[in-house]
Amino acid sequence: MQPSAKYLYYPGCSLKGTGIAYEESLLTTFRLLEMPVKELPDWNCCGATTYMSISEESATLLAARNLALARQTGSKDLLAPCNACYLTLRKSQEMVAHYPQIARQTEQFLEQAGLPRLDSVRVRHPLEVLYNDVGLQRLRELTVRRLQGVRMASYYGCQAVRPYGEVDDPHDPTRMDEILKAVGVEVVEYSLKTKCCGGPLTGTIHDAGVRLNYILLKEAVRRGAQAIVTICPLCQFNLDAYQAEIRKQTGEPIDMPILYLTQVVGWALGGEFRELGLHRAISGRKLVEQWFTAKKEAETYV
Amino acid sequence: MERQIRYQREADLEWAHEFTKHPNCERLLSCIQCGTCSGTCPLSIYMDLTPRQVMALVREGFREDVLRSKTIWLCASCYSCSVECPQNIRITDIMYRLKREAIQSNLYPKRFPVPVLAQEFCELVRRRGRNSEFWVVLRMALRSNPLVLLNMARTGWDLWRTGRLSLRMERIQRVNELQYLPTASKEVD
Repeated sequence: MQPSAKYLYYPGCSLKGTGIAYEESLLTTFRLLEMPVKELPDWNCCGATTYMSISEESATLLAARNLALARQTGSKDLLAPCNACYLTLRKSQEMVAHYPQIARQTEQFLEQAGLPRLDSVRVRHPLEVLYNDVGLQRLRELTVRRLQGVRMASYYGCQAVRPYGEVDDPHDPTRMDEILKAVGVEVVEYSLKTKCCGGPLTGTIHDAGVRLNYILLKEAVRRGAQAIVTICPLCQFNLDAYQAEIRKQTGEPIDMPILYLTQVVGWALGGEFRELGLHRAISGRKLVEQWFTAKKEAETYV
Repeated sequence: MERQIRYQREADLEWAHEFTKHPNCERLLSCIQCGTCSGTCPLSIYMDLTPRQVMALVREGFREDVLRSKTIWLCASCYSCSVECPQNIRITDIMYRLKREAIQSNLYPKRFPVPVLAQEFCELVRRRGRNSEFWVVLRMALRSNPLVLLNMARTGWDLWRTGRLSLRMERIQRVNELQYLPTASKEVD
């Protein structure tokens, strides 16, 4: 990795754990796009949706430490692929900008911790970077193979498009559809694309969380989708990991691959099966293997 | 049986007034009770009070009724209520504030897994700087209802065989920088 990487990368806990396929596919995709990515050194937890319910001050400061570390490296763009990280980092910036007492507290904390003052670090989401910095035209040009006859539904989840972000329109986001189409994927209309998957609730109020995921999957099936494409590690996990349970509860034969946008784009750009983390799928494994491994020659076009 | 009627004299209007002075809670009083928040909330059917009712009760100062409700813990912070609210009330942030106050006032449901998870999560992050998904969930289950571990076994196995389950306890190098978090000592437990 070059020290002068334009994009700093903030993994958050999920991309090192249950969402490791997101990290793998993100790094592969950005490598194929010749946009070097460098991991933020010594990053700490963003606080996710959880820290805010214990302490608002500490939640803001946790995010501020990461932003200060990013500032220290000299990079201006901090990639936050996890929707919760993205929202938390941006929210913290907004709190500092709008509330003088929070700004003072943040300044004091950073000074005590020996970190630089906050400056303009831009928190970016990979979806929006693909759309704005790379652009549809370039994605189209760089596409070396396309999926034939696979219909996908794009699913944004909640936090990336909600009040603090610039990823896409909060009510009717369309950029993921446009990106998928640009790399040759057939996209279906999916009206639940910003409906919440329950986030951490699948681990706590399990039945409620699983029910939300059932609704999302069922609607995708009804719309004729064969796979769902996500941009959030928790959405991917929730939709992917509980399908066996959903089959048992409802008797419906749902077995649908839940892919990361970076996996689909990375594959179209020529990435390999394993370096895109495609071997880590729990649901729809057979389909994933069928789509992404076989008939390599036939899918390649120039 | 629990009493169903609340009297105005029991309301704490002073609390409601104070409440609106906090960051992101300023617009609470402009609520028009349209119910858009409840309509858009993916979890309102599981709640004991709908988001609209929470807004009404906070505004009228029925502090304990709100703080004891499970609703605030069922909020998944998806922000759809905040985005849809025609009055631009930051309902999700109000829910966050209520969660914090419920914990501080010891009015939260003790073995309800959501506050337990929050406490375990923050404890881990405060001490090590990073969350470790596996350990947080394990500790949450042990403290709230160990039986759920049986149901989680299948998911755990699926994650293990696909290389997505990390048992490592993450830790940042300069964890000492976190000692300056202002409320770090009192916020957990």
